[in-house]
Amino acid sequence: MIANYGYEDGSGHYYIRIDTSKCADCKDKGCISACPETLFATELDDFDDEVVLIREDARNTLQNSCSQCKASGEIELCTKACTADAIGFSW
Amino acid sequence: MITAGIDCGSQNTKAAIMKDGKVLGKALLPTEFDADLAAQRVYEIALREAGIKKEDVQRLVITGVGREIVKWGDGEINEVGAAVKGARYAISDTDTIIDMGADGCRVIRLNDDGSVMKYEVNDKCASGAGTFIEAMARALQITTEEMGDFSLRHTKELATNAQCVVFAESEVISLIHAKETREDIAYGVHMGIANRIASMIRRVGLTDHFTMIGGPGYNKGLVSCMSKVFGRDITVPEGNQFISATGAAIYAAENQ
Amino acid sequence: MVETEKKVDYWRWTESNWKNPEIPDWHGSLITAGVDIGSTSTQAVILADGVPYAYSNMRTGSNSPDSAIGAINWAMKDTGLTLEDLTYTIGTGYGRVNVPFSNKTVTEITCHARGANYIYGPTVRTILDMGGQDCKAIHCDEKGTVTSFMMNDKCAAGTGRGMEVIANLLAVRVEDIGDMSFQIDEEPAPVSSTCVIFAKSEATKLMRSGWTKEKVLAAYCHAMALRVVRLLERNGMELDFAITGGIAKNIGVTRRIESLMNIKALSPTMDTQIAGALGAALIGKELVEKKRAKENQ
Repeated sequence: MIANYGYEDGSGHYYIRIDTSKCADCKDKGCISACPETLFATELDDFDDEVVLIREDARNTLQNSCSQCKASGEIELCTKACTADAIGFSW
Repeated sequence: MITAGIDCGSQNTKAAIMKDGKVLGKALLPTEFDADLAAQRVYEIALREAGIKKEDVQRLVITGVGREIVKWGDGEINEVGAAVKGARYAISDTDTIIDMGADGCRVIRLNDDGSVMKYEVNDKCASGAGTFIEAMARALQITTEEMGDFSLRHTKELATNAQCVVFAESEVISLIHAKETREDIAYGVHMGIANRIASMIRRVGLTDHFTMIGGPGYNKGLVSCMSKVFGRDITVPEGNQFISATGAAIYAAENQ
Repeated sequence: MVETEKKVDYWRWTESNWKNPEIPDWHGSLITAGVDIGSTSTQAVILADGVPYAYSNMRTGSNSPDSAIGAINWAMKDTGLTLEDLTYTIGTGYGRVNVPFSNKTVTEITCHARGANYIYGPTVRTILDMGGQDCKAIHCDEKGTVTSFMMNDKCAAGTGRGMEVIANLLAVRVEDIGDMSFQIDEEPAPVSSTCVIFAKSEATKLMRSGWTKEKVLAAYCHAMALRVVRLLERNGMELDFAITGGIAKNIGVTRRIESLMNIKALSPTMDTQIAGALGAALIGKELVEKKRAKENQ
């Protein structure tokens, strides 16, 4: 499943895309420790696979939370840490 | 040299009259539904306060969103330009300006010489604007002016979740039902705004000399939350609502 | 005596309940239920051997467990069932953890796709769910399993709540907006502000400049449709297409979505608001059957 967590408001669209079929098979889940804002967490999904998601209380403030990584101009720390190539950004 | 500036905001219209680098008179009126009429009236009041006759004003410059409607000035300057001129006049070494109005917020980063390095604008979503505070004050059944003092009297670090004005109104009401105090809720509201502004600040880069201009600058609770989030003092110049109007008047004097 | 003017709540929509008239007295072997506690509305659906038996649709109160109990009791009202007769119950929606009599919780995304698959049939691939405080675009396969989703619950624009704000501003009953928005000579340009608060001041200005309520509503419905279309396009559009949730009942928005995308949404065979609860009840039935099959091995 492709899960898009985030939002759109008047200022733009801010979604983090997680391909849960890729991350169900991922052992290290490096994104969790790589994110300085600890946006990522694991959960058993509705089909009992352990997948990564974005913390529920962080989903509506992604533009704020990710602004440090985004402002640096480099590849985001989570994307860098993800060996499954399961994370993407909409902005 | 006598010049004037009018700042036609979405909520309030402000005017400043300057003579030889000094502000002689200023005035503010709600814009309501006729920006042109508000500009005419506020200009007359400011002139009267300054003791200056209209015909003695050598140049009048208009700024603000309403400059598309108010067309009888001698020139115009955009919001960023006016804010920079006015803020550097009030605080000469400022390097980051937070210009918060009713309908939006601008964060402007300056070079040492006062030129604009970069800026961020949010005027498409009310979540970081003065309107947000007003709506929350209404939900708390206090005045917008009281929000600051209520917030400063908070006793705990209450966090609010809703980012949207519409949802935040319902959240505030449910917090009241949950017996949270209005002081703590006001604080939570201000922290929410401060966090949203912080992301704009991060995008232009964090500096040391913050100046906050625009109406919400009067809100000490908000300013204190912002200093807390940024880890910096924030200077609110006197007459913070008139900075852009003053900036327009300075621009008028510089560009004859 | 002073007569007080009664305040009209324009945003209030009508609550409803339904019992399958073709099942007057059911003696099925498996009764499952789904309860969907949304931010604005709560639904309970009861299935008898997988066939919709009864459902209710009501406003969510300030207390979620009470809303859950209220909804299930209203659904069971004419069925003769009691809570003890429910073999398996699944809670879903944002208040899913607050269904006191549930056996399991499942996210509303999964439930919605499953429910829409039942209501609209297995050809549904894209579901737009327009709720009270959120808007979701969901892709699913022929079994109703989610393949991707995108949801927005940060911003009131594009939600039922946003529509209520405009209904209140213009003093129009929310259920009348759809029809009224077509009583215009020509389709106006959409309201330019995305933000509901800014759209509200824009609407006030348009009214002052002489626009009729109908024209303002058209401009607002148009803007909402545009926004939702962006969400659909971002998540990818694949036919067949269906719309669920409260706003699915507002033709002012749905027809404009159809004309903007140049497609036709499937016609619902049931109340579009019950998709989540129905999906939950269907998932419940499948889980019980799986369990029973295992036990019989």
